[in-house]
Amino acid sequence: MPREHYLNATYGIRSWLLTTDHKRIALLYLASVTFFFFVGGAFATMIRIHLLSPKGLLVTPETYNKLFTMHGVAMIFFFLIPSIPAVLGNFLLPIMIGAKDLAFPKINLLSWYIYLIGGCFVLYSFSTGGLDTGWTFYTPLSSVYSNSAVTPAVLGVFINGFSSILTGLNFIVTVHTMRAPGMTWFRLPLFVWAQYATSIIFILGTPVIAITLLLAGMERMFHLGFFNPALGGDPILFQHLFWFYSHPAVYIMILPAMGVVSEIIPTFARKPIFGYSFIAGSSIAIAVIGFFVWAHHMFVTGESTYAALTFSLLSYLVAIPSAVKVFNWTSTLYKGSISYDTPMLYALGFIGLFLIGGLTGLFLACLGLDIHLHDTYFVIAHFHYIMVGGAVMGYVGGLHYWWPKITGKLYPEFLARIAAITLFLGFNLTFFPQFILGYLGMPRRYASYPPEFQVLNVMSTAGASILALGYLLPMIYLTWSMRYGEVAGPNPWPGTGLEWRTPSPPPTENFEVTPEVTWEPYDYENRPDLGLDVKGAPALAHGDD
Amino acid sequence: MSVDGLMAYITAICAFFAIAITAAVIYFFFKYRRKHPGEVGVPIHGDMRLETAWIVVPLFLALTMFGWGAVVYVDYRRAPMDTLDIYVIGKQWMWKVQQPTGLREINELHVPVGRNVKLILASEDVIHDFSVPAFRVKMDVVPGHYNTMWFRPTKAGRYHFFCQQYCGTNHALMGGWVTVMEPMEYAAWLSGSSEATANPVLAGEKLFAEKACNTCHLPNGTGRAPSLNGVYGANVLLANGSTVTADDAYLRESILNPQAKIVAGYAPLMPSFQGQLTEEQIIDLTSYIKSLQSQPVPTKGAGVAPATGKK
Repeated sequence: MPREHYLNATYGIRSWLLTTDHKRIALLYLASVTFFFFVGGAFATMIRIHLLSPKGLLVTPETYNKLFTMHGVAMIFFFLIPSIPAVLGNFLLPIMIGAKDLAFPKINLLSWYIYLIGGCFVLYSFSTGGLDTGWTFYTPLSSVYSNSAVTPAVLGVFINGFSSILTGLNFIVTVHTMRAPGMTWFRLPLFVWAQYATSIIFILGTPVIAITLLLAGMERMFHLGFFNPALGGDPILFQHLFWFYSHPAVYIMILPAMGVVSEIIPTFARKPIFGYSFIAGSSIAIAVIGFFVWAHHMFVTGESTYAALTFSLLSYLVAIPSAVKVFNWTSTLYKGSISYDTPMLYALGFIGLFLIGGLTGLFLACLGLDIHLHDTYFVIAHFHYIMVGGAVMGYVGGLHYWWPKITGKLYPEFLARIAAITLFLGFNLTFFPQFILGYLGMPRRYASYPPEFQVLNVMSTAGASILALGYLLPMIYLTWSMRYGEVAGPNPWPGTGLEWRTPSPPPTENFEVTPEVTWEPYDYENRPDLGLDVKGAPALAHGDD
Repeated sequence: MSVDGLMAYITAICAFFAIAITAAVIYFFFKYRRKHPGEVGVPIHGDMRLETAWIVVPLFLALTMFGWGAVVYVDYRRAPMDTLDIYVIGKQWMWKVQQPTGLREINELHVPVGRNVKLILASEDVIHDFSVPAFRVKMDVVPGHYNTMWFRPTKAGRYHFFCQQYCGTNHALMGGWVTVMEPMEYAAWLSGSSEATANPVLAGEKLFAEKACNTCHLPNGTGRAPSLNGVYGANVLLANGSTVTADDAYLRESILNPQAKIVAGYAPLMPSFQGQLTEEQIIDLTSYIKSLQSQPVPTKGAGVAPATGKK
């Protein structure tokens, strides 16, 4: 008779579709964001193949415009934004603070259904005419001139926004009210701090994008003049409103990944994280300052020089907390006991790629340079280093780190290391050449380009094919391991957090008895229960069982 | 160019940090690799001096980047006085250029070496962006606004220009070439070109009559609207007591949205011409108004404040 846990407690399709268990909802999200990741990935593949030739190899310009638009919409709104919060956050946040579930389990399920409805609208738009406005939906192109299926797409993104808001609300209330005895704010895992900061942005930012897209949709449907100058509107107003959310949204995507990395590094260096309070505080600082940098996307729209100066200065300020995190992660490695397990490879890969992504942000925040670099491939490279090199590496790394907890099974370590290295190399080959393309002046969103840019584009496409392989591998072996993987045990690494004090997979109510937290976060020194060589611990020859 | 100096400066700082941190990660990764399975790391919780250092030093470096970037940007946004003004109109998916003589080009822009060239940018439909990577300049072309950009070509040759703001189906084809010519050649090209030349001043004068502007804007200042003689570039006194410099953007706004800025001493009578004029017609009208510089300025009521020296 196998032990009962959240996966085998009940059976049948209804037990999944009507579940209020945060762990099962996390798996529902896992399936749906993975679907959108492969939809967006398929578009990306076609983009890279098309750009092998200066004249464009594969599709008409019209179709090409739809490909990059749908790539952006699928990846940003339906993969990157929900990925870590709604999958890993949903699964782990209650367990990490010692709670039985989120504060509002039914709202949690509702948010998944809202996500699905929004997703259906967007898929409807993709399959009936497509979308060619760019994921930024700039007016008056989107609200007047585009002939594609804009209305269902903006409705889909509008609806999906409520899913984010509800998740953020749920997380904030849960962290405030449901911490186990002894789980003080400064004992919270840094992943929880990151989710908390992200939730603040969800709640404060998302309503703005929802309303903005609704206004654009109304202008399109009913010819109300909000943004169209011919009707007395102002197209620049749209950009202010759009970026008021969409710049903080970048932090929605990267903050949770930073949280994942802050969990992985102490576990695989087996020591407390360096500068806990600075890492926690920098998450909040990013969430707050991140709201005041939006118009750095608009330095060449003709905005006033004073506005440009202000937003440039604030953009440099928001870089500092990110730098603080990188310095602290690096210092955590000092005098650690470092293992080369797959999650650690992802975490270190994250540091390297996020470093480049973050530093190139300093080029774009610079007013004088942005005049030259704005809307070139330099920008594409910069944000893919943050979003793919950062957020996706963090997500995949986190998936490996907590996979034993989620499924109770270990993934195949050797294959996983190969995949991590493949991803890292493929990623750099894909996107580093784009920095150079951008500096040379190649504009983004071009279906065809002058022949002098071809060599770098071919390099980028070659890298993308390696990158695609790097994504397919984990997809295959993770699925395989659910059935055939080695049994993991409650704490394979071992980690110090509460999630590792409960069986794998956890029981439906997470803990058999509510845990009481008596130790500081990431403390290996005073945890004889982990079976490692610390003072006072029984002399276990080899802690790994 | 100063942009490249700035690029080198930021690249040097960023490369230093990227290499230093990557080297540290790799060094620690091998130096502190786990020696036996039960080993734990040394419990180090943090260091206040280090935290302070890596907040203050990057902040200082970031501020130097900001400062240098700001200097370059402010210089770019403020065109010098003695510019050669060329109108550029973007529409899906072509660029229409009008030289000061009225010579028109499509997807081509001819400019002389050594002159400060100012482009006055207008869009007929969606947002475009006029970008010349070789000159390190770009500016969005926004419907409903005039934006300006300027540059000073230093070397004769042909340089790509692009539309750099996504504008729909044939965005990638919306580009062309800037031809930089020696001043003599440029002058010869202007006068000798066989391409269509419509004198914008004459076209504007005709429009000024057709649209009945001339029934109110009498040259001697006795009409219901201010005389436009000498108004271009002057400071105009407004009904709300403020003054505004009558540049291209002001004239354009006063044609399309006359109620926005009422000249002191006049009633808000003028109808809007929004939707009745193309961007090219607006440029023709502006060119005509500019040509009135040489006309005698009436003593009464152009709303023109005494010139206090152009900025």
